[in-house]
Amino acid sequence: MENYKTLTIDEIQQGLRSGSFSARELAHEALRVSKAENEQYNSFIHFCPERAMEAAELVDAELAAGKEPGPLGGVPVAVKDVIMTEGLRTTCGSRILENYVAHYDATAVERLEKAGAVIFGKTNCDEFAMGSSNENSAFGCVRNPAVPERVPGGSSGGSAAAVAGGFAPVSLGTDTGGSIRQPASFCGVVGVKPTYGRVSRYGLTAFASSLDNIGPFARTVKDAATVLGVIAGYDANDSTCAKVDTSDYQAALDGDVNGLKIGVPKEYYAEGLDAEVRERIEYGLKILESLGCAIVEISLPHTEYAVATYYLICTAEASANLARYDGVRYTRRSNETGTLEQMYAKTRAEGFGAEVTRRIILGTYVLSAGYYDAYYRKAQKARSLIAADFKKAFQTVDAIVTPVSPFPAFRLGEKVSDPLEMYLSDIYTLTSSLAGNTGISVPCGETSEGLPIGMQILADHFNEVTMLKLADAFERDIGFKVQ
Amino acid sequence: MKITKKEVRYIARLANLELSEEAITQYSKDLEEILTYVDKLNELDTSDVEPMAQVIYDGTAISTMKEDAPALSFDQEKALRESPLSGAGHFKVPKVIER
Repeated sequence: MENYKTLTIDEIQQGLRSGSFSARELAHEALRVSKAENEQYNSFIHFCPERAMEAAELVDAELAAGKEPGPLGGVPVAVKDVIMTEGLRTTCGSRILENYVAHYDATAVERLEKAGAVIFGKTNCDEFAMGSSNENSAFGCVRNPAVPERVPGGSSGGSAAAVAGGFAPVSLGTDTGGSIRQPASFCGVVGVKPTYGRVSRYGLTAFASSLDNIGPFARTVKDAATVLGVIAGYDANDSTCAKVDTSDYQAALDGDVNGLKIGVPKEYYAEGLDAEVRERIEYGLKILESLGCAIVEISLPHTEYAVATYYLICTAEASANLARYDGVRYTRRSNETGTLEQMYAKTRAEGFGAEVTRRIILGTYVLSAGYYDAYYRKAQKARSLIAADFKKAFQTVDAIVTPVSPFPAFRLGEKVSDPLEMYLSDIYTLTSSLAGNTGISVPCGETSEGLPIGMQILADHFNEVTMLKLADAFERDIGFKVQ
Repeated sequence: MKITKKEVRYIARLANLELSEEAITQYSKDLEEILTYVDKLNELDTSDVEPMAQVIYDGTAISTMKEDAPALSFDQEKALRESPLSGAGHFKVPKVIER
């Protein structure tokens, strides 16, 4: 198959129906290409050929019988390895879960396969989704297919790279403070963080429960919208999953954005923003203006407090969520036995990497007696103020447009020595995560060195329709498609 | 905000993490840097602000809860499958009570 690396969902549906290829052949090709390229890019931790072939055969049989296999019928999908797949390893990029085999399927996985998707591999990521460069994976870092000596971003670096490199037409990632949007920007693909509560997290390994989301990567906005439509919606197994109607996201992509009001937060275009990134985003805003959108300056005054707020809340939640990996239930236990406490402490020391340990320590500290009010509760209050900024802004604008990251993909190893600097680079994405809003990174061109730049479009709670409509109209106009 | 190695040792014990001396030195430095940065939040007057624990959508407090109806869950065998050490239907851990 010559064109596997550029296939869209529509092209796959047409190809299957016209007999150009079968779902089985497509699954074979997905596995062949991905395995061959994995030596260089390391975007997958493991593959699941048996499960893929079984799903593909089902699609072929349904098509042969004249049945409709679903909106993702035969589409090869890569899934971030923090999302449960029954009977398959789900490592979370961590030594501590290296051999853990999931007990059940995540709701998102179940819905994908019900819609005909062919899950063929689990993608690499920062350990427990903690990181902005994919350098925190216990299974080695991922390389950016657009520029192999640079990072793909994180934490869903493997899922972004899989789509950018043509190994999978679409993939699933997770986004707590930008872990879908930032790697999408670095790799030059589309990445969607849905509204908090839009997609069930049942079967997603918890990192920071008040912030975690599952969402799609794709090469086009339309494909991302299709995947979102499949995984969105209420699930009784996740009490944070909202009972809010989902929409036909594809139908919303009508190109009509005339009259929409776009907010440009002045705080996001301040110091620290790379000049070339700024130039491209300003160019992107001009495109939206030419499509009939009104661009207005807005203020999100508490933006400067977002990084501090986010890293207090996410580490506190992480320290509680990761307490369960204690050598009792989840495969790994230290060989050095002793008392129960020693067994816990040794197992965790051997199993967790440096960044996860750092966050557990920070989170434990801010929750500990005497510091809870000063740090954790203070951060929760600051979070209210940040969320109120967005609520107010969305009373006057339909969407907000910003950069995704202050700079394009950096070199491997360039920023590992300074955790705070790495945290600060998440400013444009984690602020809206605190408020729970939906966001998308859509390719907006490249730097003079050829590094992809993503533009972020944010919308109000459960208003994915407006966000996708804008992103789609923008994508068509800029004419930038990943090849 | 000064963070001593003693404090890091105490926190590591609370978090059930065994740390090397080298790691304790590194994490006390990291923690100090990060906590100094987050002190920025003290510029904010939050005396009249409610803490936000969760993103709330416009539903009632119980609208996402499911029916309290019994349903099948994992059986014992499945629940114990990924345990490093189990026996007689239980997870096994080092002895915690001395005779």
